[in-house]
Amino acid sequence: MTINPDEIVFFQWGWFTINSTIFFTWLVMFLLTLGSWLVTRKLTSEGELSRWQNLLEVMINGINDQIREVSRQEPGPYLPFVGTLFIFIAISNILAIVPGYTPPTSSLSTTAALAICVFIAVPIFGIAHQGVMNYLRQYLQPTFFMLPFNLIGELSRTLALAVRLYGNMMSGTIIVAILLTITPLIFPVVMQALGLLTGLIQAYIFAILAMVYIASASMAHQEIEKKGEN
Amino acid sequence: MDMDSLSLVGVISIATAGLTIAFGSIGPALGQGRAVSQALSSIAQQPDEANTITRTLFVGLAMIESTAIYCFVVTMILIFANPFWNYFLN
Repeated sequence: MTINPDEIVFFQWGWFTINSTIFFTWLVMFLLTLGSWLVTRKLTSEGELSRWQNLLEVMINGINDQIREVSRQEPGPYLPFVGTLFIFIAISNILAIVPGYTPPTSSLSTTAALAICVFIAVPIFGIAHQGVMNYLRQYLQPTFFMLPFNLIGELSRTLALAVRLYGNMMSGTIIVAILLTITPLIFPVVMQALGLLTGLIQAYIFAILAMVYIASASMAHQEIEKKGEN
Repeated sequence: MDMDSLSLVGVISIATAGLTIAFGSIGPALGQGRAVSQALSSIAQQPDEANTITRTLFVGLAMIESTAIYCFVVTMILIFANPFWNYFLN
């Protein structure tokens, strides 16, 4: 039993190591790419939709609706980033029911990387939406003295994003491992089913929180504009 | 019976791990209970807004739960990846 799947090494050649986190991340990436490629090969807009195209359209529509409701903006520019985060985390959490698979999200390295992506995406979307000066001015709101607190808030929410996903997924695998030693018959299955639920909810929460952070960086400007119109 | 530093570290780590998860789950449990009860009564009053309320509830629950998760991570570090344990082993 280990709380860090980075230590499970599959392949080592000199300084070059493939641990279980990297391997299963690549596996999930491969599955997603292959699946999307197979489905989008022959898209149709007329006649009968294929079953898989229907699935993808339902998912994309659902993500678009959620983004529209959270950010009150058109989802276009945010869909690629937020949708990718959601689908990647969801698939890597759901696959946890496959025996021998360790979710890459139960390693702090993966979740930290995802959280850093959000940390970098927030200023990028903010600057693209309202310009460098307006974005930087946001850190001085409401007064100049709030600058350190705004910066600390930015860092601590990134840390919280990483540790929340890591803790939830790691606790799932640990609890199943502990239960296997105590009551190996039925209860691990129940906990694993619960793990599927928490996995999906955590994927949803990660994507929604990323969207909330991005929206808050690009929304302030609009509100000021609205106040000016009134 | 005198204890060497290794067994001292073990005893204190395990006891602290139990205390950490015990106390660390009280606060979030109370907070989540309050949040869910408020959300349920809001849904009962305004069933039309159920979607928004549920989404906000989930995000809020995740925020509250992260404090419990921090305690859990600290507990796991104390038990499975204790730095002091490794220091005294070497």
